[in-house]
Amino acid sequence: MEVGQMQRQWMDYTKSLFLEGYLDGQFLQLQQLQDDSNPDFVAEVVSLFFEDSERLLNDLTNALDQKCIDFKKADAHIHQLKGSSSSIGAERVKNCCIIFRSLCEEQNIDACIRCLQQVKQEYFLVKNKLETLFGMEQQIVAAGGSIPKMELSF
Amino acid sequence: MNPSGKGSMSTISTSSARKAGELVPDFPAGLRVLVVDDDPTCLMILEKMLCTCLYEVTKCNRAETALSLLREKKNGFDIVISDVHMPDMDGFKLLEHIGLEMDLPVIMMSADDGKNVVMKGVTHGACDYLIKPVRIEALKNIWQHVVRKRKNEWKDLEQSGSAEEGDRQQKQSADEADYSSSANEGSWKNSKKRRDEDEDAEERDDTSALKKPRVVWSVDLHQQFVAAVNQLGIDKAVPKKILELMNVPGLTRENVASHLQKYRLYLRRLSGVSQHQGSLNNSFISTQDATFGSISSLNGIDLQTLAAASQHPAQSLATLQAAGLGRSTAKAGVPMSIVDQRNLFSFENPRLRFGEGQQQHMNSNKTMNLLHGIPTTMEPKQLVNLHQSTQSLGSLNMRVSATTPQSSPLIMQMAQSQPRGQMLSESIASHVPRLPTAMAQPNVANSVLGRDGIADVSRGSVYNQIPQTSPMLSFPGNQTTEVPINSFPLGSTPGISNITPKSNFQDEVTSGMKGSGGFAPSYDIFNELHQQKSNDWELQNVGLAYDASQHVNPLQGNIDVSPSVLVHQGFPSTQQAGQNREANSIGKAMYSLGEGMDQTNLQNIGQNLNTLLVDNSVRVKTERVPDASSQSNLFPEHYGQEDLLSAFLKQQEGMGPAESEFDFDGYSLDNIPV
Repeated sequence: MEVGQMQRQWMDYTKSLFLEGYLDGQFLQLQQLQDDSNPDFVAEVVSLFFEDSERLLNDLTNALDQKCIDFKKADAHIHQLKGSSSSIGAERVKNCCIIFRSLCEEQNIDACIRCLQQVKQEYFLVKNKLETLFGMEQQIVAAGGSIPKMELSF
Repeated sequence: MNPSGKGSMSTISTSSARKAGELVPDFPAGLRVLVVDDDPTCLMILEKMLCTCLYEVTKCNRAETALSLLREKKNGFDIVISDVHMPDMDGFKLLEHIGLEMDLPVIMMSADDGKNVVMKGVTHGACDYLIKPVRIEALKNIWQHVVRKRKNEWKDLEQSGSAEEGDRQQKQSADEADYSSSANEGSWKNSKKRRDEDEDAEERDDTSALKKPRVVWSVDLHQQFVAAVNQLGIDKAVPKKILELMNVPGLTRENVASHLQKYRLYLRRLSGVSQHQGSLNNSFISTQDATFGSISSLNGIDLQTLAAASQHPAQSLATLQAAGLGRSTAKAGVPMSIVDQRNLFSFENPRLRFGEGQQQHMNSNKTMNLLHGIPTTMEPKQLVNLHQSTQSLGSLNMRVSATTPQSSPLIMQMAQSQPRGQMLSESIASHVPRLPTAMAQPNVANSVLGRDGIADVSRGSVYNQIPQTSPMLSFPGNQTTEVPINSFPLGSTPGISNITPKSNFQDEVTSGMKGSGGFAPSYDIFNELHQQKSNDWELQNVGLAYDASQHVNPLQGNIDVSPSVLVHQGFPSTQQAGQNREANSIGKAMYSLGEGMDQTNLQNIGQNLNTLLVDNSVRVKTERVPDASSQSNLFPEHYGQEDLLSAFLKQQEGMGPAESEFDFDGYSLDNIPV
């Protein structure tokens, strides 16, 4: 596949992620921060996000596994996940976190567990999408092209 | 807006070389930002964004690290951005620390956009609150907070009524106009703190930072303010209308706004004091320690505390401020409520009242109570007067108290010292007889000196004498020296209310004195910062004066003496002239009074004092004086005077530490016109 084509594919894919709500405007901001002096900025940040989120999700799982659930702690974890996912622009993950938080407040254990599942699901989904996107970017760069600047016009 | 010409700063990299208040030529580029967030993702994104804004970024993921960084590199940062939820330390706690210790603008941020959290940020003094995810556009403008802070400092200076201090040339109005427009009321605390800190630092470092004129909220001015507020109704009192009602030339809406803020805090404190007492006390004590490190002779404890307090004005201020601002002060923990302590005293009742009042941060209400609690010698009428005066004092105190626990600390001190005071009272009582003759000379001197001494005068000498003066303060037996510092709003009534408290603490009083003295240092700081020494001075003077008077005539002369002393002070204040330590001057005046005065003279002095106070109308004192004089019976009533003195002293004490935090402008007695 030639570069132009790859680039178009990349753009379409990115747009779809936005349209489907996986990513929001914040991701765009990150992309705009990326420049020649920092060509891998987005990829770096996102991988940081992945690491951090998986840690948080593990902690959350453990927290909800306890006999005596510490909702405060769980809330703190989810709050952080909410913060980092919103900073990345992972919109759906963020929305799930918001729901989770309110469930935590209600101390509804079952609902919390279910919601946690949902959060994890959304997380892995967006992780998958982003990894695909980065894969495309790498291919473009390997083929000598450059990543187009995304401009959301919808 | 480069306030100073120091200009050399320049490059972004030489942050350490930059002094507080200096801006790089290509500002806002090069703004030194410290960002604290435990979320690595956010931290990285923020860092990148800030770099894109051409700021100089330092990031850390722990609050403790951030604090030590800030402490290590004094003036190494211009602004701090911190997350609210952090594992090792609450973001608000960090905010308080920074505000107290470094007085830098702090921006809070969080994914939490709940109203309560945001409100918490505001009340803790954050200059802004960003909701995550943070956009770069939001970060592009953070420099405005740095500018605004400095601008407010300048503005205050310009507005300052104290001509001697006002560095009018430093008018930044032109520059400031370019930047943030509306006064950021929320930042007054920061600015004030910053001012204090800056001035403090500047003083210490001997940097030639531009002197920032401060608005001097003299007793007079404050009374006008309170009158305006009462007229409008506290709920409806908006700065604009207050300003119109006050009709004071040169006063800006911003000044009024920040003053109103303090006033409101003060009122709030008054109402919610009890629980703070303990904490306040603690903080107070700690501050006291700081301030009075140098004082030693008197009650040792008090003095020391005070001295200690003075030495760390920033700290105390921080504490006080924190307390005042509602942050958690480190110190807290007053073991016994002032009331309890008061009970220890023989004259307990009045004291208790005052103590409480003081605790209350000098609630005006409290002062009222104090008045009631004033030792028997005070007549109801006088008490009423006192009330009124204390009210004004209270309001003044408000400033102080509003600022923070300072008043409480003072009270605490008082309370604490009460036990000691008691002992002192006894001893004092024995001295009392002496006093009349000596005219509290030693007392005066002590008290005065105590005040001043602490501040900068011969601490040692003064204090030594103080024990003697203690009697004055404690006023034999009855003095409910409890005069809450609160009650000593600043001027007028301070004597009344303050006196009492003061006396109680003979030891404490001394401490009070010391406090005053000790405060003097803090006041000095204030003074320097605020150039409103008058406030301090007034308080101190008043206190001292009263103390002296108390001694002199256990019943009568004291006040008289004080006035005269004060008068002298006022005039001699010029001796101290450069020092805002009006207190010092007062002390001196008092001292001189003491020496030469005899009962009659004292009486005269009393009158003079009133006059003096009146004269100081510019300063807080003046307000009081008229009250005092009008209520002159107060004075004659020794108690009134004594109370005032003690209250005043207390106030001084309280105010001292508070001042620093609150930017004790206007409350200083600095202007006792000579």
